[in-house]
Formats: sequence, structure tokens, C-alpha cells
Amino acid sequence: MNAITPPPGGNSHAVHLISLSINGKKHELEVRPWTTLLDLLRENLQMTGTKKGCDHGQCGACTVLVDGRRINSCLTLAVMHDGAELTTIEGLASEDALHPMQAAFVKHDAFQCGYCTPGQICSAVGLANEGRAHSSAEIREMMSGNLCRCGAYNNIHDAVQEALPVCRGEGTA
Amino acid sequence: MTAMQSPVGKPLDRVDGPKKVTGQAQYAGEFDAPGLLYGSAVSSAIARGRILTLHTEAAENVPGVRLVLTHLNRPKMAGENDAYEDMDAADGAPFRPLYNDRVLYSGQPIALVVAEDLEIARHAVSLIEVEYDVESHETDLYAQLDRAHDAPAELPEARGNVDAALAKSDQTIDVEYRVPVEHHNPMEPHASTVMYFPDGSLLIYDKTQGTQNSQAYIEQIFGLEGQVRVRAPFVGGAFGSGLRPQYQLVLAVMASLTLKAPVRVTLTRQQMFTFGYRPRMSQRLRMGASADGKLQAIEHSVIGQTSRFEDFTEHVAEWSGMLYHCDNVALKYSLVPLDVYTPLDMRAPGATEGVYALESAMDELACAVGMDPVEFRLANYTDFNANEGKPYSSKELRACYAQGAARFDWNKRSAEPRSMREGHELIGMGMATGVWEAMQMPASAKAALCSDGTLRVSSATTDIGTGTYTVMTQIAAAAFGLPVERVEFRLGDSSFPKAPLQGGSFTVSSVGSAVQKACDALKEKIWEAARQLADSPLAQGAVDDLRFVDGRLQLGDSPEHGMALEDIVATCGPIEAEVDGKPGEAREKYATATHSAVFAEVRVDEALGTLRVVRIVSAVAAGRVVNPKTAGSQIQGGVIWGIGQALQEETLIDHKLGRYMNHNLAEYHIPVHADSPELDVIFVEEHDEIVNALGSKGVGEIGIVGVAAAIGNAVYHATGKRVRELPITLDKVL
Ligand code: FES
Ligand code: FES
Repeated sequence: MNAITPPPGGNSHAVHLISLSINGKKHELEVRPWTTLLDLLRENLQMTGTKKGCDHGQCGACTVLVDGRRINSCLTLAVMHDGAELTTIEGLASEDALHPMQAAFVKHDAFQCGYCTPGQICSAVGLANEGRAHSSAEIREMMSGNLCRCGAYNNIHDAVQEALPVCRGEGTA
Repeated sequence: MTAMQSPVGKPLDRVDGPKKVTGQAQYAGEFDAPGLLYGSAVSSAIARGRILTLHTEAAENVPGVRLVLTHLNRPKMAGENDAYEDMDAADGAPFRPLYNDRVLYSGQPIALVVAEDLEIARHAVSLIEVEYDVESHETDLYAQLDRAHDAPAELPEARGNVDAALAKSDQTIDVEYRVPVEHHNPMEPHASTVMYFPDGSLLIYDKTQGTQNSQAYIEQIFGLEGQVRVRAPFVGGAFGSGLRPQYQLVLAVMASLTLKAPVRVTLTRQQMFTFGYRPRMSQRLRMGASADGKLQAIEHSVIGQTSRFEDFTEHVAEWSGMLYHCDNVALKYSLVPLDVYTPLDMRAPGATEGVYALESAMDELACAVGMDPVEFRLANYTDFNANEGKPYSSKELRACYAQGAARFDWNKRSAEPRSMREGHELIGMGMATGVWEAMQMPASAKAALCSDGTLRVSSATTDIGTGTYTVMTQIAAAAFGLPVERVEFRLGDSSFPKAPLQGGSFTVSSVGSAVQKACDALKEKIWEAARQLADSPLAQGAVDDLRFVDGRLQLGDSPEHGMALEDIVATCGPIEAEVDGKPGEAREKYATATHSAVFAEVRVDEALGTLRVVRIVSAVAAGRVVNPKTAGSQIQGGVIWGIGQALQEETLIDHKLGRYMNHNLAEYHIPVHADSPELDVIFVEEHDEIVNALGSKGVGEIGIVGVAAAIGNAVYHATGKRVRELPITLDKVL
């Protein structure tokens, strides 16, 4: 899949060929050296589930999982991730069921406008993958890079607390 | 037979929840079109003056740049000020983007680069150089107080004689409270995507709290009557920032009209600080009370900032004339025009600032009189709004105090400041009252029974995170005795029935009442259709006998005299009804408001002055709550906003440059997860048959009101220090 339009007007900037697995699907992509992972997703691939709240690493709305770990996709360049496995909010649910973290967010009303939500959920799933956040205080501290202007923090906390053990495979849903 | 339980009042999960947690919910800047172009705005670097030259050649020569729009080559737009007035316009001449060479404030858009991709557009913006004729500017409210003029606001008449009453009072206070500029900063930056059709008509995805507001505005200023449709299926927060059409909308439309192509303009986070905001203001309160704690006089004088081009007003002082019983009241409001953008309604506009000052001053007066803050408020309780000369349609504020205090364990508080501590931390407990209007606006709605038996209801309103999709679905499902899965509520489209702006906590009250009415009208139509059918089991009977139960229409309690709704439409075809709703006449004789009691506990490190809010209880009286889950979230969100207002939020301006300096989310602090306290929301029972047909008052604003005062009062209780300027940062506490 070709991710970009040909350089307009004979622009001779180098494009780089990278291969990226996104939500389990392999992509061969031509990217410019300055394209962030976030813009690659949102603008080139029309995967707009990952949000842009600041473009400066200050809000967490763009959080995705690279090889299972949390990363602010606005702060990293796409070319740096050749060969990586990327998971975005679009890749968490299975065909017929929400991911346990997603289901917990719905159950606890852990969002209002929903704009910070993909980032919150990816962060929380990342915490599970990384084996972190084993207490309420740790959840609050480690989720603090994900701003929610709607102020859904306590419900997010409750959702994360409930779903983390399930995500770690420690309990049942 | 067992009728399905009504979904109204149930804590249903949001119907749009699955879309939001899977990334399927699409916001204004996320709609795509073949050949979509990207606009990036150039912001002025000076606060006041004229543009002499815009050097755009370098930008225009970047491969992929299609256009650089400026005031010199923009499409034709209306000349008269009136055309720019929108549904939430302030008094004066609204700002007109790219209208001419005048620079009215720092950050003003002065050009738009349109390119084939976002990165090219952004790069080209950096190549534009501007020569200005710089004029001196004024942005500091406190340096310009002598230029204050009366605000164009209809304040209630003064009553009694404040000076005489103050002279006779046993205890008086005369204090000034100050609040800073704050910015809305919804997580989704403002964006508009304009789709251009060959016939010249436009479909616009806009970040807005009023699809029909944006539509009318664009039609007026570009002379496009009947050619504009605006959609906003999802809005990533707004809090007032979407009440007026913002400049990215105008710029995107200009580019689209010029290039006859689809264009998207998304503002950067920095540019989110280049339009409306909560204004900086000074509030002086002179109050007096008798020795037994009866309020004798209140004078509330407000001086706020506004722009040079519009006089922005909100209800700041009014609350002081209506919340308590007091016979001598004077309310004053003036404005100082500065070289800044016009302020804009922001969550509980006016009350957030005004009630903060009033409720802080009430705490000071309670201390002066030597009364418990709750007792002091109860001593001055009233069921009568003296501003309007009308009784409240309902006011369960006493229950808010009682239930809030009980949940908080208020009786464990010792009255003396600095009397409670744990280790190196001082403990403070404070409380405040909250109040907001319970308004209702005219609104319309359409209800249709579709051929598959689903009930489809629509309105042009939006859902900015408030839960509109969900509560309207519940109201319609309840009216028809249908499970919510069989109801689809559609919103966010200017072509749908008329809705007011989504703000002021009047969406459930206005649109919800219209939905209910549309459902009632549809029921009659369905019956009319069904009784005409051959051998109709519904042929006999009167309107009063109609029952809509479990997806059936029947007469009384006898299912044999009934038909399934699917069967009716299968024979008769789809049936629909559209109605216009307006505020009921019963409201006229009453004042209507929501109330709350907020209790806060803070911990202050004695040596370092670091401050945290550990616990908040908010007890709210808002009439009938349609969905306690989403309503609870609204209150929680409001409380979090109150914490931000109390301790963190302040947009700082460098008055030499006339420019905001902390215009990003790292330096403009808002609460994060770790700042969120233990938070208890209580909805007290409140019955109100006057406020509207649903008896529901709306909860979007009341959550924030009073929170900053409760926290400030708790800080005083902890430290003995009265901080009268927000935000309460540690330097002010030490
Ligand atoms: S958009 Fe990446 S952190 Fe805000
Ligand atoms: S849900 Fe709106 S910003 Fe978090």
C-alpha cells in the first residue's frame, strides 16, 4: 500500500521504504523523513482513531503501542519504526467483542467527548503489557500523561483498575 | 402483563460508547475526501497595528502549495457587521477573519496557506514574512481600570440601601477577588472540513455546539443562502468554545470557495489560545451581617476585560442578588476594552467567577460572625428569587446541604483555622453553594416509525460529551415503551429539526421536551393510521386508552386489542411527526434554577505550601435526572474543572508583547489523573412540574459552580490564609 501521494512538483526529497505491521496487518510504506507516526496514521492511512491533541507530546491523545509499549506517536518519526509492530485503538477489539479495557471504559462511563479515549485505552493496555500499575496511586500517576479535559479521571481509574488484571491474564472478565 | 420498565432515570451505558472506545467516532477534522487540501493559518505576531506587506512568494513557490489566502485575495464576504452576528454574539462588531489589514490582537489569523498535505502547508507558513505598522497596545486590565465603562447588561435594579444597611451591620467585609484568563482547551482542537460540490454547495464538518449557528453564519457572510449544510456527529469537547463559529471555519470555507475543492483547517494547540476565553476580572464585595448571622447588605461590583470590538457580558453579579435572602442589594458591572480577542462563554459562564467571589466572601462573613458556614447559609436561605420577584419552581438546596454534609462528615470539622493536621500536612475543610439557571429554549424534533419498526428521532443538536445521544434515546424509548436498542437518535446535522445552541445546560430541557412532544404526536398519528386498517383491533377506543407497551400499541390493558408496531408500519408504511416545542407558560410565574452544595477537603504541606484536594462531595438538586451515569460524569467533570480553576488554570500574558506566553498544554496546567480526588456526587430528590415537561433541569454547568470557593475556603481553614486571587498556587499560600 502506498501511503503518500508522489512528491508534488517534482519534489526530490528522499522517501524511505519501511515495513510496518499495523494491528496485525503488514504494510509496505513510503514515508518522508519528517512524517510523524501520528500523521502517517491519521493523514496518510486515514486511521483517525488515534487522536492529535497537541502534536507536542503534552497530552497523550496520540498514544499507540509500538511492540506492546506505550508511545506518543506525535513525538516519533515514522521512519524510525521500520519492522515494528504497531497497535492502535482500531486494533484492540476482536471481530465480535470489545477488548476488556474497552468494555470497562464503556461500563464505567470513562469518557465524555471521547477524544482522549483512544489514548487513555492504549496507555492502560500498555501498562498491562509492561506489567505496571499495581495500585490506585500507581494507576493515577502512570496515566497522568493522558489528559482528559472532560475530567473523566475517576471513571477512567475505575475502568483501568477493573480491567488491568484481566489484561494481564490474572483474572477473568 | 409486565410492562417494560421505563429507561428514564436508569444509568444506561452511552449508546455511542462502542464507537468512542474503538476509534470509530469521527470528529470534524477527520473526514476525508478525494483531493482534500490542508490549510494552515498564519498568526499575527503583534497585538495591534496594520499589515503593511505579507511576503508570500517563498511560500507560494513551495511545491504542493496551492494557495496563500490573505485579506488581499480572499473571496468576497459581507461588509456589514450584522452579517457576522451569530447566535451567541456579544454586543458590538464581531471579528471578521482576513477582512482587512487591521491587526486587533496577538495571534489573529492573517493568512492561510493551503497545500496538498499538512506538512507542506505547515512548512510554507514558516516562510511567510510580515511587515507591520506596529501601534501601541493595552492588554493589562489592572493598568486600564480608569477606562472602564458600564457593561451593556440588564442587571436587576438595586434594592434597599446598601450603605445604610452596612452602617448598621454588626459585621462587615469589603474584599476584592480576582480571577485570571482561562482557556477552554477541549482536547480536540478546533477543525473544519469543507466538502465542495460542483453546484457550489458545501457540506461542512465543523467543531461546533450549534450546527445551525455555523450554517447561518457561513450562509450570511458568503451569500450562500440554502447552499450550506453543517454536520457535527461527534465533538471532542467544547465547554463553550464551540458556541460561536470560530475562524478556522471561515478560513476553510474561503479556501474551498476559491479553489473549488475540499479543504480542512485544523488549529494547532497554540492557536487554541487565539480566540475566546474566560475573561480576567476583579470583583469587589461589600457585605454586612447582623450578629445573629442575617445578611444585611450585599454589593457586588464586577470589572471585566473585553475586546475593543465587542462588549462581552455574562451573568457574574446576579447570583449575589438571588441566592440568599437580603433586602439591600446593589449589583454593578463594567468592562475595560483591551487589545485582545473577545471573551467567550466558558463552562458555567459568569457563575464560575461570580459565585466563586460571592461564596468566598460568604465564608469570610461567616467567620466574622462566628458561625458555621453551613449554618450561616441556612440562616439566609430563601425560596424566593428577589432579582426576578418570583418564587423558585423548586429548590432542594436544603437537602443538598444536609446530604452533602452528612456524606462529607462535616461535623468532624473543627471550626478554628489551622486546627486540623496530620503529620506535616495541615487539613482544611471548606464548603460553598453552587447555582445555575434552569433555562428552556424553543426546539423542534422529528420522530419517525420506520418500516423495520425502529423509532428514529432527530434534532440538529449536538453531543459535546454531555450524553445527548443517550438521554434522548432514553426519553424516546420511554415514551414508546420500546427497548433502547429499537430507538435511534440522530443529531449534529443542520438539516435536522431546529435546535438551540448546546450550552447553558438547557439541552435536555429544550431538546428533550421537544423529543417527548414529537413522540406524543407520533403516537397519535400511528393510532390514526392503525385504526383505519381493515378489521383493526384498534378501531374502537379513545386517545386516553392508548398504551404503548413492549413494542405494541394497544387499548388499555388488553393485548388482544392491539398490534405490534412493526405490523402497523408494514401495512401503513413509515409514519412520522415533527413538532416545535417552546418553554411552557407555567414557567413565567416562577424563577428556575439548579443548586448544589460542594464540600472540599485539602491538605497543605506546612513547610512547602504544596496543596492537594483530597476529597470533594457535590450534592446537586437538578430536578429529574434522566441518566444518573452520564449526569454523574457531567458533575464529576465540572468538579475537575473547579479544581483546575482553583489551583492551576491561568493564561499568562506578557503585556509588553500583548501575547499569551503559556499557550500549550505543558504550561497551561489543567488537572491530570494524579490531581483527581476522591469524588462523591449526590443527586438529591427534586420534583418540578413547572420547569418543563420532563421535570429535568440539566447538569452541564452546575458541577463547576462553587468548587473553587469551597477549595479556597478549605485552604483558609487549613492555613488561616485567605487567598483572594486565583489560581491558589503555593507561592500565595506560603
Ligand atoms: S498529540 Fe501527541 S501527546 Fe498530544
Ligand atoms: S473524554 Fe473528553 S477529553 Fe477525555
